[in-house]
Amino acid sequence: MRLKAKLSWLPTPFRSLLLFVVWLLLNNSISVGHLILATILAILIPLLTFRFREPQPLILKPGLALRHFLLVLYDIVTANVQVAILILGSSKKLRPAFVKVPLDLSHEMPITILASTVSLTPGTVSAEIYPIPESITEDDKEPQKYLLIHVLDLEDEEALIKMIKQRYEAPLKEIFQC
Amino acid sequence: MIFEWFVSVLLLIGGAFILIGSIGLNKMPDFFMRLHGPTKATTLGMAAVLIAAMVYFSFTQNGISVKEILISVFLLITAPISGYMLIKAAIHHKLEAKKGTKGLDNIEDD
Repeated sequence: MRLKAKLSWLPTPFRSLLLFVVWLLLNNSISVGHLILATILAILIPLLTFRFREPQPLILKPGLALRHFLLVLYDIVTANVQVAILILGSSKKLRPAFVKVPLDLSHEMPITILASTVSLTPGTVSAEIYPIPESITEDDKEPQKYLLIHVLDLEDEEALIKMIKQRYEAPLKEIFQC
Repeated sequence: MIFEWFVSVLLLIGGAFILIGSIGLNKMPDFFMRLHGPTKATTLGMAAVLIAAMVYFSFTQNGISVKEILISVFLLITAPISGYMLIKAAIHHKLEAKKGTKGLDNIEDD
């Protein structure tokens, strides 16, 4: 995990890239004027705001991040078809459950991404992250974190936890190297 | 025109998914299960409608229209977060889950 970027004038390279692209998309043009303005905004805004934020781990493997993003997009489509079938079927047959998934990730940003992907993919909605920050006493500095998820139709708890850890958590660990 | 067919099919798929999401919202027995429809089906439905809009305006107006990609990305980012806030509030209020829900003891008291 690395929190500080190499270049001090570019503290968050991917956020800058995002700002650049968003500005061009919003204006729907790639004229020279907008390119220059987008570059200025993409460099200035992170410089002005990054002190307000807690430092988050940087994406260290952009290629893998892109691959993971495409995999999640594909999973969202298949998940939608699955959930549509579950919804249209008999709701008496569904086996809803709460499942606790132990997390290996420790930083907020990767956990947020994991929770969001879990919400968007097969039959699961993330509900809570334990332990709740207010209830942590000062004695235990690094408690084991859990993600509580609600499953619409649970078949095998072990298999589901293993699937989430392998398919979604392991790539995130590698992308952020933490 | 071929692109009109494409747009129509995308609109139909999008509409169908949004409808299914809403049916799920109405039909499911408890709050936690109701959340599954709107967080997933509706997101994909909106994405399909937005792609249809993108294709339509790219063909009928000068230049291509890509703003819709932005809307889809923002929807993808915000849908799980609103779902998370709703389910967190539901757990905090100790809403009753459907009988037979497994793993209720996994919920910790706060």
